[in-house]
Amino acid sequence: MSAAPDLQSTDLRTRAEALGQSLPPLLAEAEMLASTVMLGEHGRRRAGMGDEFWQYRPAHAGDSARMVDWRRSARSDAHYVREREWQAAQSVTIWVDQGRSMGFSGAKTRAPKSDRAKLLALALAVLLLRGGERVGLAGLAHPRAGKAQLLRLAARLAGDTGGEEYAAPETEGMVSHGRGVFLSDFLGDLAGIEAGLARAADRGVKGCLIQVLDPAEEEFPFDGRTIFESMGGGMRHETQQAGDLRTRYLARLAERKDRLAGLARSVGWHFTTHHSGSPAQSALLWAYRALEGGR
Amino acid sequence: MFSIGPLGFVTPWLLVPLVALPILWILLRAVPPAPIRRRFPGVALLLGLKDDEAETDKTPWWLLLIRTLALAAVIIGFAGPVLNPEDRVEGSGPLLLVMDGSWADARDWPQRVAKAEALVADAGASGRPVALIRLTDAPEAVEFQTAEAWASRVAGVQPQPWAPADFAGWAGALPDGKFDSVWLSDGLAHPGREDLIAALQDRGTLRVVETTRPILALHPARFEDGKVVIAVSRLPAAEAVSVEVQAMGPDPAGIERVLGKVSVDFALGEARAEAKLDLPPEVRNRITRFELAPARTAGAVSLSDDSLKRRKIALIRMGPEEEGLQLLSPLHYLRQALQPVAEIIEGNLIDSLRANPDVVLLADVADLTQAEQDAALEWVNKGGLLLRFAGPQLAASDISRTTEDPLMPVRLREGGRSVGGAMSWGEPKGLAPFAEGSPFYGLQPPKDVVVRQQVLAQPDPDLAERTIAALEDGTPLMTRKVIGAGQVVLVHVTANAEWSTLPLSGLFVQMLERLAVSTKPTQPEAADLAGQVWVPQVVLDAFGRATDAGELPGVEGEALSGAITVGPTVALQPGLYAGADRRVALNVISDKTELLAADWPASVPVETLEGRVAQVLKGAFLTGALILLLVDVLAALWLAGRLRGIMRGTAAVLVLALGFATQPGPGRAQEVAGALPDDARALEATTAVVLAYVMTGDPKVDEMSRAGLLGLSDKLWQRTSIEPMMPIGVDIEKDELAFYPFLYWPILPAGKQPSDAAYAKLNQYLRTGGMILFDTRDADVSGFGGTTPEGQTLQLIASGLDIPALEPLPADHVLTRTFYLLQDFPGRHVGGTVWVEAAPMAVEAEEGMPFRNLNDGVTPVVIGGNDWAAAWATDDYGVALVPIGRGAAGEQQREIAYRFGVNLIMYVLTGNYKSDQVHVPALLERLGQ
Repeated sequence: MSAAPDLQSTDLRTRAEALGQSLPPLLAEAEMLASTVMLGEHGRRRAGMGDEFWQYRPAHAGDSARMVDWRRSARSDAHYVREREWQAAQSVTIWVDQGRSMGFSGAKTRAPKSDRAKLLALALAVLLLRGGERVGLAGLAHPRAGKAQLLRLAARLAGDTGGEEYAAPETEGMVSHGRGVFLSDFLGDLAGIEAGLARAADRGVKGCLIQVLDPAEEEFPFDGRTIFESMGGGMRHETQQAGDLRTRYLARLAERKDRLAGLARSVGWHFTTHHSGSPAQSALLWAYRALEGGR
Repeated sequence: MFSIGPLGFVTPWLLVPLVALPILWILLRAVPPAPIRRRFPGVALLLGLKDDEAETDKTPWWLLLIRTLALAAVIIGFAGPVLNPEDRVEGSGPLLLVMDGSWADARDWPQRVAKAEALVADAGASGRPVALIRLTDAPEAVEFQTAEAWASRVAGVQPQPWAPADFAGWAGALPDGKFDSVWLSDGLAHPGREDLIAALQDRGTLRVVETTRPILALHPARFEDGKVVIAVSRLPAAEAVSVEVQAMGPDPAGIERVLGKVSVDFALGEARAEAKLDLPPEVRNRITRFELAPARTAGAVSLSDDSLKRRKIALIRMGPEEEGLQLLSPLHYLRQALQPVAEIIEGNLIDSLRANPDVVLLADVADLTQAEQDAALEWVNKGGLLLRFAGPQLAASDISRTTEDPLMPVRLREGGRSVGGAMSWGEPKGLAPFAEGSPFYGLQPPKDVVVRQQVLAQPDPDLAERTIAALEDGTPLMTRKVIGAGQVVLVHVTANAEWSTLPLSGLFVQMLERLAVSTKPTQPEAADLAGQVWVPQVVLDAFGRATDAGELPGVEGEALSGAITVGPTVALQPGLYAGADRRVALNVISDKTELLAADWPASVPVETLEGRVAQVLKGAFLTGALILLLVDVLAALWLAGRLRGIMRGTAAVLVLALGFATQPGPGRAQEVAGALPDDARALEATTAVVLAYVMTGDPKVDEMSRAGLLGLSDKLWQRTSIEPMMPIGVDIEKDELAFYPFLYWPILPAGKQPSDAAYAKLNQYLRTGGMILFDTRDADVSGFGGTTPEGQTLQLIASGLDIPALEPLPADHVLTRTFYLLQDFPGRHVGGTVWVEAAPMAVEAEEGMPFRNLNDGVTPVVIGGNDWAAAWATDDYGVALVPIGRGAAGEQQREIAYRFGVNLIMYVLTGNYKSDQVHVPALLERLGQ
C-alpha cells in the first residue's frame, strides 16, 4: 500500500524536475529564434492593444462628438475622426505530432524530430503572441493571448510523447475560421491525416502543414542486410539489400509529399518539408508568412 | 622432423585438424551474416517492398574462403613450420670441426661462427664430444672435449690473416679412432689440402661447408708511367662488376682519410682487373694503404711501403760557388721542380753517394776525379740513376770526346751547336713528339719549348736506341745508357733556361718525374732485404685492420723476401717491416697471387653456408591468419552495410593525416609572409582594402612583390581615398582569392603551372570581377612573343586561364585617366607594351568626343613586363628599395610608375566609372536644351 504512492510521487518529482530543466532552454531557444525573425524580415507595423493610429477621416454624420479629434480638427475647417487600426486577433491552433515516430534521429549529433517540431511550434507561438494573436495547442491548450499563454504552451509541449507509432492530426480545440498549423513527419496512415485536415477545413480553418523529416529519412543511407523497425517496434520490414530499396523508398517518399501537397492545396492550406538537419529559422519564416498570407 | 619439400614441421600432428576444414566450410556456409536492426520511422513507406534479387541467405564463397584460409593458417602456424629445417648431423662418434680460419674467412666470419656454434650445439644435444681446429694455427694435438666446453669458446675463435699451409702437419696431429668431421672452408684452393682430406676421410665421414659469395683480393700497387696501377682479383670470375679501391693515408693535418678512389671494372668472366690511379706526387707520397671498399678482409687491404715514398735525389754542382747568381744557377730549376716530390741532398758527390740516393743529378759537371767516377759507377751499377745536364763547361771540356765516358751515354761533338741565335741562321728548334719506346711517351711537348743551344752527340751506331727525346730535326736532346741495374741519362741542354726554355715548362717537371719514378723497381729484390733484421711496425689482422706491432720480434731479410713471394705465415704476419733505411710491406696478397677455387673430391658432400639457414615460419603464418581475420571483419561489416560510417571516419582520419603530412615546416611559414590561419586571414583581407600578390615560391621575388605593393599602398593612402592595409601574399593553390580585388602576379622564368583546382579558382576570380596584373619583369619581350623564359611561362600559365582577346593598351583606355592622365606605364623598365582586354570591334569615337564610348567590361588582366613592383618597392620607412634610371629622370620615372599604380588600383576599384564621366559634359549640354 505504501509503495505505490512513493513510486508515484518519485515519478512526479522526476518529471517535474525534467520539466523544470528542459522548459527554460526550449523557451529561451524559441524566443531567440523568434527574435531573429522579428528583427529581420518582420520589423513592420504591428497592431497593438488598439491604441495604434491608423488614419484621420472626415467625420460623418453619426460619429459621436467624442470620436472627433479636436486637435486635428482645429487645424482645418472640417471635423476629423481619429481612426485606430482595426484589430481582430486570430486564433492559431498548433498541433505537434507526439507520436513515437517523431523521436527518431538519424545521427547522434542531431536532436530527434520532435525537438525540432516543438521548437518550431513554440517559436511560432512566440511570434504570434507578440503579434497579439491567440495561440493554442490542439487537444492540449485552448487558444489564448498573452505572455502567460507562452509558459503554458511550453509546459504542455514538454509533456510526454504519446504511445502510438504514428499520430493523426488532432483538431480538438480548433476555433472556427482560425488558423491551424500541423507539425508532423506525416509518415503514418494518410487516411488519418486526411480526416484531420478535413475536420479542420470543415471549420473553415486555414493554415499550413510542416513536415519535419530527419535527413536520414530523406537520404536512406542504409545498406546490407537490415531489419527496419518502427520506433515502437510495431512494424518491421526485413531486407537483404537495403541499398537496393533506396530508389523505391525515395519514390514513395516523394509520392507521399506530393499527396500531402495536393491535400493541402485542395483545402487551401500550405505545405512544406523541413529537415531537422537544416536551421529552423527558414521553416519558422515560412510558417509565419504562410499564416500571414492567409490573413 | 616431418617435412614437405623445404618446409618442415615441429609438431606435425597439429596438422590433423586441416582435415576438418571442409566440414567447417559446410557449417559456415549455412550460417549467414546476422542482419542489422534499425529503428526507422520510414518503415511505413517500406512496407510491401520486395528485394530485387533474392540473394541467398548463405555466406558468400569468398568470405568463406577467407575464413577457411585464416583457420588453415592458424593450424599450420601452430604446427611449427620451418623453412629449410636444419639437418642434424647424423652419427654418434666425436665430431671434429675444421675451420680454415684464413683471411678469406674473415668477410663472413660471423656466419661461420654461427654455423660452428650450431654444429657444436647439435653435437652437444646428442652428447657427442667435439673438437675444433683452426688450420692457420701451427699443428697441435687434437683433443675432443664436451660440447659444453666448446660452446663458449667457439665465439672467441678469430681468423688469421694468412692462408692455411701445414695440412700434412695437421693430418699427422689427428687422433686415432673414428670421428666425423665438418670442414668450414674458405672456398680457396690451398696446396696440400688433399693430405688432410684423406686423413679425415679415413677417420669417418667428412662434410664441407662453403660460401658462395665472391672473394676479392687486392694486389700490391705498383708504378707504371707515373701512375699507380691497382690490380684486383676475384673468385669466382662471374658477371661483369666493378669494385672501388680507395687509397688511404693521412692528410696534411695527420688525419686518416681517403686520398683517392678508383673503380676497377671486371669484364664478364675476368678473374683479374687493373685500374690506374693518377695522383699528384704530394698526395701519392702520403698513401699508407689501399683498400677495397666493400670487403673488409686482410686480402682486400694492401699496405704500401717506401716504394711509393719520396725519393732521395742528390744535386751535385762542382766548381766555385757563385754568389748572387742563385737564379742563374743550373740547379735552381731542378731544386724548384724536385723539392715538392723528393728529398734533396746537396753536397759533393762522394758524400752524397754515401747517403745512397736514388738519383744523382749532375748539372754541367764535366770532370770527375777517378775516385768520384769509380764510386758513381758502382752506385749506378747497383741501380742508381745518374742524370746529367749539359752546359758551357761540358761543352768546353773534352770528356767523352773520342771514347765514350763510362758515365756518359753518348760521345759528344766538340763545341755543340747554336740555332736561332743572333749570330746563326735558322729558328730555335722545338721538341719532336716522344717515340714509343721513350719513358716520356705520352707526354705532349708544348709548342713554346725551344732549344737554342745544345751539345751534339756523335752519330754512333747505338745513338738511335739511346735517344729518348729528340728535337724536331731529329737531333738527340736526351740520351740514356743502361749500366748494370742503373742508368745514365744525359740532357743535352742546361738545367737552367740559358740554352733552352725546357726548364721553364711544365714538361720539364713531368719528365723529371717520369725519370725519377721509373728508375726504381717497385718490389724490393731479395738482395735488398737480405742481411738485415726487419722489425714489424704495423701488422694486419684478418679483417684488414692495421694495428701496432708491439713487441713482435724482428725477422731475417731472407725470410721476409721469401714471405713476400709466398705470402705471410704464422711467423711472418702481414704488415710493415722496417729495415735500416726503408720500410717493406708484407701483404697477404702478393703480385703473383692467384685465387683458385677449392676443388673437393667427389666423395665429399659440399654444402653452402648461405642457403641452409632455417627460417621459423610460425610467426609469419600466425600474422597472416590475423590479417585474414581482420579482412574478414571488414568484409563482414561491408556485407552487413555497416562499413559506410566507419569508412567515412577512416577517410577523415586519412585526410587529416595527409593534411598534417603536407603542412609546410616552420621555416617555410616564416619565409612566406602572411601564412595566417584562415579566419584571421579572411578578416585581415576584408576589414580594409588589401592589395595582394601571388607567392611564387622564390623568396626574393615574393619579398619584392610585397615591398612593391607596400610602396603603392602608401602612395594610395597619401594621395587618394583608397586606404589599403598591409599587402598580403596569396598562395593560389590554397588560399581563397575572393577577398582580394587585385592580384599582382610576377612570373618566374621556370614557373610551374597551377593545379586544376587553382585554375578553377582563378577563373572564378577573373569572371567575378577580380583583376590580375601579370608582370614578366623582363622589360619588353613579354606579351605573347614568347621569346623570353618568363614569356613562355606566362603563356603556359595563361593557357589554362579564361582570358579574353587582348590588345595593347589603347590611348583612350580608361586606365589612362582613372586618376592621373597617363600615356605610358613604366615600372623599372620603360616602354614595354601593356596588354589589356580588347575593346569591342567597330566602336568609333563620336564626333568631338576624345574617347570612344566603351562603357562595358573591366579588363580581367593587365599584362606587361615593366617590373612595376621594383619601381614601387619601399621599405617600412617609405624609402625606395630599387634604384630606377638615373638621377631626376629616374625619379620622374618612379613617379610615373606610382601614377600607373594609382590609376590601376582606381580602375580595379571603380571600374569604368571614369568612362561614364566623360559623357557628363555632353549630357549636361543636352539637358540644358
